[in-house]
Amino acid sequence: MPVIHIDGQEYEVEAGQNILQACLSLGLDLPYFCWHPAMGSIGACRQCAVVQYLNPEDNRGRIVMGCMTPVMDGAIFSLNGDKASEFRRTIVESLMLNHPHDCPVCAEGGECHLQDMTVMVGHRDRQYRGKKNTHRNQYLGPLIHHEMNRCITCYRCTRFYNDYAGGTDLAAMAAHDHTYFGRHEEGVLQSEFAGNLVEVCPTGVFTDKSLMKGYTRKWDLQSAPSVCTGCAVGCNTLPGERYGKLKRVHNRFNAEVNGYFLCDRGRFGAAFVNSEKSLEYPGLRGEDGRFNALDHHSALMHMVHACHAEEGKNKVAGIGSPRASVEANYLLRLLVGAENFAPGFSDREQPLIELALALQQDSPALIPDIQTIESADAILILGEDLTNTAPRIALALRQSVRNKAYELAAELRLEAWQDAAIRNLAQDQRSPLFIASVADSRLDDIAEDRVALAPDDIARLGFAVAKLIGGENISELEPELQARAQAIATALQNAQRPLIISGTGCGNAAVMQAAAQIAQALCQAHNRAMLALAVPEANSLGQAMLTGPGAQSLAQLSKRAAAGKLDTLIILENDLYRRGPKASIDALLANVANVIVLDTLDNATLSASSLALPAASFAESEGTLVSMEGRAQRYYPVFVPRQERRASWIWLLAVMKESEREEVSELHSFDDITRACASDIPALSGITGAAPDAHFRNAGLKIPRQTHRYSGRTAMRADVSVHEPKQPVDEESPLAFSMEGLNRSQPGSLLPFVWAPGWNSNQSLHKFQSEVGGHLKGGTAGARLLLPATGTSASTATQPDATLAPSAPQQPGQWQMVPRYKIFGSDELSVHSPAIAELVDPGFIEISSDDARALGVNDGEGLVLNKPDNASQGELLTIAVATLEVRLNDSIAVGCAGYSVGLAGTEDIIAADKLVLSKADNWKRHKPQIIGSDGGGSTGGDHV
Amino acid sequence: MFKSLRSQLTTIWTILQHSFTPAETVQYPEEQPYLAPRYRGRIVLTRDPDGDERCVACNLCAAACPPDCIALQQGVREDGRWYPEFFRINFSRCIMCGMCEEACPTNAIQLTPDFEMCEYERQSMVYEKEHLLISGTGKYHDYNFYRVSGLAIDGKDKGQGQNEAQPIDVKSLLP
Repeated sequence: MPVIHIDGQEYEVEAGQNILQACLSLGLDLPYFCWHPAMGSIGACRQCAVVQYLNPEDNRGRIVMGCMTPVMDGAIFSLNGDKASEFRRTIVESLMLNHPHDCPVCAEGGECHLQDMTVMVGHRDRQYRGKKNTHRNQYLGPLIHHEMNRCITCYRCTRFYNDYAGGTDLAAMAAHDHTYFGRHEEGVLQSEFAGNLVEVCPTGVFTDKSLMKGYTRKWDLQSAPSVCTGCAVGCNTLPGERYGKLKRVHNRFNAEVNGYFLCDRGRFGAAFVNSEKSLEYPGLRGEDGRFNALDHHSALMHMVHACHAEEGKNKVAGIGSPRASVEANYLLRLLVGAENFAPGFSDREQPLIELALALQQDSPALIPDIQTIESADAILILGEDLTNTAPRIALALRQSVRNKAYELAAELRLEAWQDAAIRNLAQDQRSPLFIASVADSRLDDIAEDRVALAPDDIARLGFAVAKLIGGENISELEPELQARAQAIATALQNAQRPLIISGTGCGNAAVMQAAAQIAQALCQAHNRAMLALAVPEANSLGQAMLTGPGAQSLAQLSKRAAAGKLDTLIILENDLYRRGPKASIDALLANVANVIVLDTLDNATLSASSLALPAASFAESEGTLVSMEGRAQRYYPVFVPRQERRASWIWLLAVMKESEREEVSELHSFDDITRACASDIPALSGITGAAPDAHFRNAGLKIPRQTHRYSGRTAMRADVSVHEPKQPVDEESPLAFSMEGLNRSQPGSLLPFVWAPGWNSNQSLHKFQSEVGGHLKGGTAGARLLLPATGTSASTATQPDATLAPSAPQQPGQWQMVPRYKIFGSDELSVHSPAIAELVDPGFIEISSDDARALGVNDGEGLVLNKPDNASQGELLTIAVATLEVRLNDSIAVGCAGYSVGLAGTEDIIAADKLVLSKADNWKRHKPQIIGSDGGGSTGGDHV
Repeated sequence: MFKSLRSQLTTIWTILQHSFTPAETVQYPEEQPYLAPRYRGRIVLTRDPDGDERCVACNLCAAACPPDCIALQQGVREDGRWYPEFFRINFSRCIMCGMCEEACPTNAIQLTPDFEMCEYERQSMVYEKEHLLISGTGKYHDYNFYRVSGLAIDGKDKGQGQNEAQPIDVKSLLP
């Protein structure tokens, strides 16, 4: 390792770093603005200046930029020498010439990198007498607030937005001190990762708009380590609370998962916790059909009574939820018995998720985390619209395709952090990315080849690629697809680290099997292949692990209910109306006498219950979630739930305790449940490793949820009573609801906030990392439950009878329904966040313009989706399934029509159904609405 | 030896002299001492010369407060100004140190010479914004934060603040 001299001290540093990285890793404070650990150096801000000396005799030295100077053995630098520190001071002074006097009314104040750096260099008084430049702000949508006056032109925003995240609608405009960062015209920022500008911007140009009203400073937020529940990627988050409201979500660094960035669904979607629809009291349906509020204890007694099973009399079943924690699901399964427990997937989804788990468990390929995905040098996406189903993976893929650029750079011996140089060198050369999907996606711009196919055809293409890699013949395939398959197979075989991504997104099992086969074929061909399969919800995979294959499905439960074999049904955090056609869910709930629902927000299922219990949200409870890569991660309560809200596991444990069930006699705390679950369920045996248990102490102390500057303790509740209550005690975790304790060097799963002396902004993160940009000092959060299967033996799941011949052509006049996801709207909970709700579109159906012409409809008009009635012969009889707004999309596969998943009006559509389309008369556009919101699902467009 | 004796005598003489100086203590409350306008007593929230609330809910007072007895919540008004939705001080905890006044970047918080806050009920020592907000500017008559800040509010557009140039036209090619 090279040894460098800084201010007379010798330091051993990592080779290949620059001086700025080296200094920060060594714990030395060197100011910077434009450099970002994930984005490399461009040397734009001139802030990280140091003096470099040629040799020990050189006493003049020269000023160099730390971020642009590689470390070299024997190099001599000065950080604190007068020349360097004076230079840095004057740079800040010039940056501050036009900076407005805004700090008190700036949402960045108190966690502002510019404030920190200004204090660090010692600049105080503005000496320039001229006027300050001003700029007009732009409206950038409901998520991001723009205040251009505060800009210091470090270019981090455009470097993130365009270069890193592939956005196209934010740019630097004009020149010199007129430079302006914004859109060409006002409008909503189009990137799904725009929210990261809040954290990337070193000052307050881009701030969190949802935080602007009811703003709270960073130091006043009570926060705890949490995990995003928006999708199955499992990004680590830091939600912050004040006065019982979730104020904002920031990124929690996890080198292996989300790194420095979140998607906008994760960042802005968690505000559903504050929704007016959240329940505060249990409700028991009275004779008049209305709910009467109950206290905690009587609700419990009602539930105990309903669950009381006499021999052969009262039959209880439970429906779990892929969005509830492993522990809550485990307890419900314990309560009702494994044979009466349905995991809560829809009937279509359940086999897919079970397959996704089986394929990953059996695959000899590596199941990659996001960091590993970023190392892939050839990628094939089969049928998954990642930007909308697993957004953070899509962002990672944008980095993977740059591996070509890094290879080229390595040939020229360019350091990996030379961002601008490498981008110039590579231009449009990228590592190959192939996309086979039902229609266009947001990753098309970086794809080498993209083909739109119906799901079955995607699978055929995938099988063909697998056969080619295995050296088999693919002559059955259409010639056009043969060429594509050949190109894909060659690229994957030539790669060092090929990655195959698929998932449950297009609703087709064969597509996932094809992906697994390709990965297996690659592994057999001695390539280190990676296989990633996306699943829909935060704990989908954990739920599949909990029940194992062949669990009760909703259809089976419905059948039992219809036969009168169910008396009580307990539904855990699951809106069934999102899981199946309304009629069948109605029937299921009507056939059961006692429907007990535990949930956070009011929804259609809850409204149909006989007893409703308020379950604490992810921000008020603890739990373990298993992400799509099989990583078990723990989330902790950020604040104490108000009124009678309780974590689902507390409700369920209390019911079992009251019923004096033997299984729970030894279970007292959350950790006990986790341990019991780990020992009962072999697939989940690793979940205890997700985070330390409640006995963990950091140097003998708990870990504080509040910063040391947390204000207002003796006045916050003084309007209610001037006598301050004792701080709540958290017995279930090593975190404390107070500012007492030690937030340093603990395991990464217990990091509640980042702050270091002199570093108030999130840039203080490097003080918590073993080296800047590297892993957290206390270790990376989460425990991997999926390890590559040993050997390359093919399992049955990955070896279906793959036929490459095209299937019988579709009946004319019918369209195959293919799901189209939306980052804003397809998810159940995030749409209850007011900011996200503004971005949710009405339900729609996508057809090509040729199809539209044939049907006689235009963009924005209505289409009736009809199911052909098989019972009728001869004359075509149909049943209307839905009426939706038409959107023209010429990229959609021939014979397919895309329907918006999760948006109102689409609940009765089943993927891969073949439907007849006809123009709707008297169509009127309707307001954006999501399934299960007010009124429990709508019937789509209104017929006037 | 002589030196130390002299020191002792000087000390005794000085003390004797003090016996004849008038006492600083007064017979409070019958007798009220003069309290300078800068005396640190109860806080008030003042208004800017235009009559609007000066407090922008920046939270610095709360952060500076040693007994943590100030709590407030920011809100944004229709006209773009930040203001405290509530501003609460628990005077039963307040030590009248004046740190909040020093921290206040808008001169909104000012300490007054009034320190006489005796209540039978501790709860009555909790003051809300309506108890604290006065109609005047207090000790600083001319200061108006929004005149110097870059934030645009109704009636003060970008470029209309003190020492501000007109907004830049990004599309202009002129230097």
